[in-house]
Amino acid sequence: MTRLLQRLFGRLPIGWLQLTHKRGRFAAALAGVAFANVLVFVQLGLMNSMGAATLKPYEFFEADVMISASDANALAEGGNVARQWMLQALADPDVVEGMGLFVGTVAWDRGGNRIAFTTFGIDPARPAFTALGLTDDLDLLQVQGVVILDRLARGLPADEAAAIRPQTPLRFEAVGRTLTAMGTFAGGGGFGGDGFMLASDQTFLALFPSRSSTAPNHILLRLRPGSDVALTVARLRGVISDQSLRIRSYADAAQEDLRYQQTQRPTGVIFGFGVLIGVLVGLVIVYQVLSADVADHLREYATFKAMGYGPRFFLGIVLEEALVLGIFGFVPGVLIGTGILTLMGAVTTLPLIMTPGMAVTVFLGTVVFSTLSGVIATRRLAAADPADLF
Amino acid sequence: MRDDPVVEVRGLNHWFGTGDARKQAMFDINLTLLRGSFTVLMGPSGSGKTTLLTLIGCLRSVQEGSVQLLGHELHGAGTEELTRLRQRLGFIFQAHNLHESLTARQNVIMGAQVGGGVPDDVAGQAGARALGLVGLSDRIDYLPATLSGGQKQRVAVARALVGNPALVLADEPTAALDKDSAADVVDLLKRMGTARGTTTLLVTHDNRILDRADRILTLEDGRIVSGA
Repeated sequence: MTRLLQRLFGRLPIGWLQLTHKRGRFAAALAGVAFANVLVFVQLGLMNSMGAATLKPYEFFEADVMISASDANALAEGGNVARQWMLQALADPDVVEGMGLFVGTVAWDRGGNRIAFTTFGIDPARPAFTALGLTDDLDLLQVQGVVILDRLARGLPADEAAAIRPQTPLRFEAVGRTLTAMGTFAGGGGFGGDGFMLASDQTFLALFPSRSSTAPNHILLRLRPGSDVALTVARLRGVISDQSLRIRSYADAAQEDLRYQQTQRPTGVIFGFGVLIGVLVGLVIVYQVLSADVADHLREYATFKAMGYGPRFFLGIVLEEALVLGIFGFVPGVLIGTGILTLMGAVTTLPLIMTPGMAVTVFLGTVVFSTLSGVIATRRLAAADPADLF
Repeated sequence: MRDDPVVEVRGLNHWFGTGDARKQAMFDINLTLLRGSFTVLMGPSGSGKTTLLTLIGCLRSVQEGSVQLLGHELHGAGTEELTRLRQRLGFIFQAHNLHESLTARQNVIMGAQVGGGVPDDVAGQAGARALGLVGLSDRIDYLPATLSGGQKQRVAVARALVGNPALVLADEPTAALDKDSAADVVDLLKRMGTARGTTTLLVTHDNRILDRADRILTLEDGRIVSGA
């Protein structure tokens, strides 16, 4: 390694030699950097999983425009929208189809194990609104009381979910009604519920007697292929007289929901702060290591100064140390981080995964912040006065 | 010894502290060191030996008077110029000040590469040769912690000499050495002066090495009292 670095830097890799001279201290320093990496990975993993969990239900449906109540910041939040606006929207030449989407939470109490399903009430006669490949069993929803369950729901045993078929349905009771699960799809747990459930709008209304068929949570619209979504949205805003409604493209609605979850909801803000704290902890750890190292070698640095080495040489040594710590600390950090995220994902069913993007971001962040720590630590070099050597 | 001066000091005064605490440490110092000369600087503690050494060695700014080093005036010289000039000097300290995580050869290489532009292999060979000159060919890959005090000081001498400096400034280099090692170090510096024209200014209290000196300067209370 020394020869490789020597070739790379074109000089003796003094930073590397200094760090590895005391192996115990080097190992402790790497453990510190790895710990900071793990902190950031876990927080980033949680934040990303919140994003993935937020966007996941949007993937269940195919739509171009979504009309929601003014307070509907998220898919499962906010008031209702009058169905009459869907009929008005259908008058637009580019709108070819509309569907009311009902959203509510149905809890299945399994005797000490309560599974909260975010339940979507849809019109099974309009399969075009359901994402391709989500399920082949939409027709089954025409029967009152039939539902399609999320086989990845938290708390639902995998073998039990795997056995659900039209020939071998699973009957269970929720909110005082008997439901029959005849199929499954892949959803997954989120922060607002343990999993998802699809039902017909009629079954949904039976589960939520206080809800009205004339007031779904959202109205989904599909446009003629090739039509301009932004233009249509602008036209609909002019046509629909209730100016309080949020009329957005379906993609924009998903992104606004994501932004809301990340910046307005406490969980998003907490995870964001978690990432920040992880970065600051890493910065402090690397600074402490480098600063202590500079203090330990002040006499040697003063000797180099006396010999005629300039500020760039010392900056190079400290930055070299910062890079060594950043790079070598990242390797155990990413391995441990991957293990922890995998374990947490298995326990919570949240989409907690180490993505290449996360790894690259944290790696670059580690290098940048290690470098920053190194630059700050070089300020201590001013104390190395070569005249004091005599 | 040649006639061209390496160091010319004229009317040098130096103070430490400010305001009421300001105290003069050097008084009207005049001194010339010729190329290849071996000069010993003696005097009691606090007489100003080290201050004079650090002023000539570009480690302190000249406040009043003139110090010409290798033809460059140090009075008013900037930090970068002083740093560049130091690259042409060799320093030997009382404590060897070797870098603990570098081997003997790597420590010496640092002396060879200070001016830049010396490839690793050339610097490595020069380092090995310099260590050979001080009798440490069999210790080139040893870390300082595994060397004796005398061996460390010889590595420091090799580090100071490897770059062929015009002037070697040595502060009590033999203080921690036994009689034989001290004689070896001084003889080596003498030989380099003769062979390469290296000028040496050596501060010492060690009477054992006075007979090797071309000239002995005595400093008392910031003034040269003999040998100027």
